[in-house]
Amino acid sequence: MPVLEVQNIEKRFGATHVLQNITFSLEEGQALAVIGSSGSGKTTLLRCLNFLERPDRGSITVRGELLFDAADPAAQQEAQVRRKRLHFGLVFQSFNLFPQYTALENVALACRLLAQERPDFRANRAQILKEIDERAYALLEQMGLCERAGHYPHQLSGGQQQRVAIARALALSPDILCFDEPTSALDPELTGEVLRVIRSLAERRTTMVIVTHEMAFARDVADQVLFMDGGVIIEQGEARQVIDCPQQERTRQFLSRYSAS
Amino acid sequence: MLAAVTLSLLRGLITTLELFFLTLLFALPLGLIISFGSMSRLAPLRGVTKSIVWVIRGTPLMLQILVVFYGPGLLFGLPLLPRFTAALVSFVINYACYFSEIFRGGIQSVPAGQYEAGQVLGMTRPQIFFRVTLLQVVKRIVPPMSNEFITLVKDTALVRIISVYEIIWMGESYIKKGMIWPLFYTAVFYLAVNGLLTLLFGRFERKLSYFK
Repeated sequence: MPVLEVQNIEKRFGATHVLQNITFSLEEGQALAVIGSSGSGKTTLLRCLNFLERPDRGSITVRGELLFDAADPAAQQEAQVRRKRLHFGLVFQSFNLFPQYTALENVALACRLLAQERPDFRANRAQILKEIDERAYALLEQMGLCERAGHYPHQLSGGQQQRVAIARALALSPDILCFDEPTSALDPELTGEVLRVIRSLAERRTTMVIVTHEMAFARDVADQVLFMDGGVIIEQGEARQVIDCPQQERTRQFLSRYSAS
Repeated sequence: MLAAVTLSLLRGLITTLELFFLTLLFALPLGLIISFGSMSRLAPLRGVTKSIVWVIRGTPLMLQILVVFYGPGLLFGLPLLPRFTAALVSFVINYACYFSEIFRGGIQSVPAGQYEAGQVLGMTRPQIFFRVTLLQVVKRIVPPMSNEFITLVKDTALVRIISVYEIIWMGESYIKKGMIWPLFYTAVFYLAVNGLLTLLFGRFERKLSYFK
């Protein structure tokens, strides 16, 4: 059974169809790269998965649990949506780290807040917080940032900030980790360190949806590729298949711009 | 003579400081409420709030003091408010409107990405406000707030128009006795209060300089 099933998602902003008929699924441990030109709807799709936008139609199912169904507004109340969000993690293009917290606090904050809802929080407060901080530290270590744990975001390079953001998203152990153009806001010399981290996550079989403009990276790291244009899926399939020998003319046109440059 | 003048100016200073602190006490929370009104999703509420802010910011505070003090009596035959109360009411309304614009600017200047990052991490709205955005808002509004606080100290001089005995009134009263220097001496008191405020705001700003 797939981890993620997206059925017939449709999203309009006013009269514009930003997403139409989006249907795909993702198996456990697989990485899906979403490619396409700016304005093709890639980011909106990710925002729908993370409940930052509400689709006008369609449904989203994770591990067989129906998380979103546009036909059922009752299930879309804020309190419920908050829990459902935890199935997904999102790494933003512009990092969006919390500037007043250190790298470690950024990673630990959401876990600390969630832990307050545990019935045994009062009794085991010190122990629980210690475990959360240890895990946050381990995640930073995994990102190669253990000596930066006490730094504030403005003291870190863009690449380091984005790696902290990845650790922050991983801290809640989401079923599916989403990346929204994770290297687009970085200087070219800093993209490598972030891509390496994502690659290592793929090797650990982390289920991921990655919106990216890095075609070579998508081809090498992703299992599946989904090409979008004008709010619809033009082509999807096995990564090398789609990028090396695209079947659709529009995909060919899009990819040729990348190979030319 | 200097001691006697100093003493009477100090009495005026107490009234000035009372007006200063009480205005802050009421105008800061009221300003926050008004700022929510001016950011409301309900267009009518937004319109009404913005019109009030426009009227209050667009007319002289001295006129507002006179209206609050004399208006109820002249228009409706109501008893006059005590002078200090009338002064306080007009100051609270006036400063709340200025504060509301500072709050609005501060709140809207926090990037949407900060709210969204909190949301995708499963935080509740209050958690996002208190744990993520509030300190960023505070940091952004410290410089404009320090301006308003300093202006407020000096604006208290306006209440002499309805005979509230603040520092200037006290200093002026010596003119009848042929002394002009006590009036100039009042400047020392304003400078001292504003010097202290400047120091405190500077210290607060440095405290918040650990993040950007």
